[in-house]
Amino acid sequence: MIADLDQRRAVGPEIHGAAPTGDLAELWEQHQLDLKLVNPPNRRKFKVIVVGTGLAGAGAAATLSELGYQVEAFTFHDAPRRAHSVAAQGGINAAKAYKADGDSVERFFRDTVKGGDFRTREADAYRLAELSVRVIDHMTAQGVPFAREYGGGIATRSFGGVQVSRTFYARGQTGQQLQIAGSQQLLKEVGAGRLKLNTRTEMLDLIVSEGRAVGIVVRDLVTGEIRPVTAHAVVLATGGYGNAYYKSTLAKSSNVSATWRAHKRGALFANPCYVQFHPTSLPLNSEWQSKVTLMSESLRNDGRVWVPAQPGDDRPPNEIPEEERDYYLERLYPSFGNLAPRDISSRAAKAQLDAGKGVGPLRNGVYLDFSDAIARLGRKTIEDRYSNLFELYIDATGEDPWTEPMRIAPGPHFVMGGLWTDYDGMSSIPGLFVGGEASFNYHGANRLGANSLLSASVDGWFVLPWTVPNYLAPQLGTDPLPEDHPDVQATVRQVREQLDALLSVGGTRGPDYFHKELGELLWDHVGVERNAHSLAKGADAIRDLREEFWRDVRVVGHGQQLNQELERAGRVADFLEQAELMALDALDREESAGAHFRTEHQTEEGEARRDDENWANTSAWAPPGPDGRPVRRSEPLTFERVPLATRSYK
Amino acid sequence: MRLQLEVWRQDHANDPGRFERYQVDEAGAEMSVLELLDMLNAQLVDEGREPVAFDHDCREGICGSCGVMVEGRPHGPVDYTPSCLQRLRSFSDGDTGRIEPFRSEAFPVLRDLVVDRSGLDRIIASGGYVSTPTNAATEALTMPVNRNEADQAMDFAACIGCGACVAACPNAAAQLFTGAKVAHMASLPQGQVERAERVRAMVDTMETDFGSCTNMGECEPACPADIPLRVIAELNREYRKALWQHRRTEEPDRRGIRWLSRLRTGPWWQSDPDERPPGGG
Repeated sequence: MIADLDQRRAVGPEIHGAAPTGDLAELWEQHQLDLKLVNPPNRRKFKVIVVGTGLAGAGAAATLSELGYQVEAFTFHDAPRRAHSVAAQGGINAAKAYKADGDSVERFFRDTVKGGDFRTREADAYRLAELSVRVIDHMTAQGVPFAREYGGGIATRSFGGVQVSRTFYARGQTGQQLQIAGSQQLLKEVGAGRLKLNTRTEMLDLIVSEGRAVGIVVRDLVTGEIRPVTAHAVVLATGGYGNAYYKSTLAKSSNVSATWRAHKRGALFANPCYVQFHPTSLPLNSEWQSKVTLMSESLRNDGRVWVPAQPGDDRPPNEIPEEERDYYLERLYPSFGNLAPRDISSRAAKAQLDAGKGVGPLRNGVYLDFSDAIARLGRKTIEDRYSNLFELYIDATGEDPWTEPMRIAPGPHFVMGGLWTDYDGMSSIPGLFVGGEASFNYHGANRLGANSLLSASVDGWFVLPWTVPNYLAPQLGTDPLPEDHPDVQATVRQVREQLDALLSVGGTRGPDYFHKELGELLWDHVGVERNAHSLAKGADAIRDLREEFWRDVRVVGHGQQLNQELERAGRVADFLEQAELMALDALDREESAGAHFRTEHQTEEGEARRDDENWANTSAWAPPGPDGRPVRRSEPLTFERVPLATRSYK
Repeated sequence: MRLQLEVWRQDHANDPGRFERYQVDEAGAEMSVLELLDMLNAQLVDEGREPVAFDHDCREGICGSCGVMVEGRPHGPVDYTPSCLQRLRSFSDGDTGRIEPFRSEAFPVLRDLVVDRSGLDRIIASGGYVSTPTNAATEALTMPVNRNEADQAMDFAACIGCGACVAACPNAAAQLFTGAKVAHMASLPQGQVERAERVRAMVDTMETDFGSCTNMGECEPACPADIPLRVIAELNREYRKALWQHRRTEEPDRRGIRWLSRLRTGPWWQSDPDERPPGGG
């Protein structure tokens, strides 16, 4: 296998994240003193591009604009509020310690590092925990209607994988409320004439000149016009690539194109194999179901997960007596029970499905049962907590969770991988900053529930507005590249060529066909469990599919109009490239860590076995060299504050 | 089941447009309206024809991207439900279904079923926010909020911005949308300082881009986020109160309509320096 691997990838020199050293608790404060400032009257001389208007993008754009920089924001949606941050249901973590349960910044930091299975930078994870407190203050001030206690304080709840109550929520719509608050701040700047917002405009390439990110090429999705936009710095906040699996919990338009095209311009892509499978998605019922619907993990606070003890038990759930049910999470992980972390829950569910104990028409789900909680807490309490989720379930399935258990299944959800960034959120291309899920940061090999809204908020509101100016300051006196600069024109030309190439294949199948095929390959080969043989096969199959795509794709219509097939085709073409790197990274990483479970690397109890000696690092991939092999570089990770330990949720 | 579809096709904003008839043979009752369009589009692409353009994204009823008229009703036959969650349960074999874009003067059609709803964002941009700059917030607990009031604020804040209320309204009014935001902000202590200015500016913008409310109430059942009709009464009350306050204080109107034109013309650095807003960089 190793020989085979060497044909597939090269290994490059180590990289370092430039995290300052010292006492973690003082690092960020100290670092802020080191960051260069831009004098207020000079800020208007700098232009910053922000791509994406989700939590990270809206936060960075609004704050930089408030500070006085020229900000131009881009979204492919018709309105900034649509970004996929809107769909996160469960909540946002913060170490406010509003309950006397022993929570603190330090504990939150440790939970994040441990939850990530020791594959994240300590310094960055600490900053995440530290700034979480500010995020709640900021979002409350913006009018986010966080759930309240009777005394007027802010309510919190406990969320998958932790033993304290630090998750803030706004009914089941936390992401929506944070996202709306963020887009309102963005629109406030637009209304004040300080920020230029481009809706229905998609970034198709990054312009790099003399090694720096100096702009982007965009396509107006309504008119098809291709144009360059140049600036002093570019921020990508374009979300994750989980839609590579086609049927994922992500929105249909979520894609990898912005980050992937930046990668092709040289930005290192870190840990592409770390994909989180959400244990509480709705199982698919038919071929036409357009996506995997996510049910918030918060349901696991009160629901009990079980399957029939006997494989092939076809009885309706309520006819299966208590003693013939297997509450397998409570049995296998007594101290965490139904709140076991996502990867463990997903894998445990997959094991039950593989054992033939799946339930539902396609036998592809497990039960999530609320009858005990309803009996214990009363229907009113459960309604307060989950009414909209129950409604969503009833609507999607036609089944009533008040009278029979829900069915749930693992679904591709959040990706921990993304563009590699340093402590300042800057990618390996100077001037290109990355925030939110588009970046690889904070979560290591597995993300704690309710940490995704947090990491996007922290990046957008409280990190990038400090670090981007540090990059800008020395450039005082320079102008963005003129549009007729050869580097700008060359990138525009290449974008046109790719669009023309897609339109001129003239094959027989639409891009969606290839996307579905890709999704199945990924689910089979780069799924909840991986092994070397299957990964190698998967990588080859992805390559074949990509070749077939470029031979046989049919993109109807033309480029000078609103053409959603052309948009899809470009995104699928990128997924077909990036997916191979996902498989390659999974093949390369000879260990199990967090969401990356290699069956060759497990303990006797079937738990993930890390290899800290060889793999306590971040893999950061450079685009293929002249020999066609992607180059894997590694950033070593050291753990001083949280000693390396094996996770145990038993 | 077999369904006959009449779908609005319009190549671009200036194309007069027309209905085209299609047949879908294997629609299922559990499919959503959007999945029906997916199925139709797959069929059209297989035949080498251009698929129907429509806005959609999360397919979970939260992003507000989707919205088409089904049989003349915004989002579809089921009340209080977005297109992505409208199942075909009310259709039976052999039925005909007419699908068209949100019909409203305030929402110009861009292509097929895709419309321009940016008017809604212009309302928000004129005042639908709290002006607390980043890093300026105080500890969140310094402002306790009564639990019921927070719940009520959440009810109003649930709006997904889809525009169905406008599409449902014979006058193309945006009172339900605007009222939801005004009522949300008015029910929380954080929104109090700008309360009067906010509603004045938002209503002024709303009246520029949208029609006037005549209390038809068509908007409420079309709303997938269950925004109650009483937000319109709330909006009117807030607006009257704000006008009264305005007369009393005669404060400078820093969110005057003058700067709203910027939403259409671009940001300050591309404008005449004399026209720049206060504080613009």
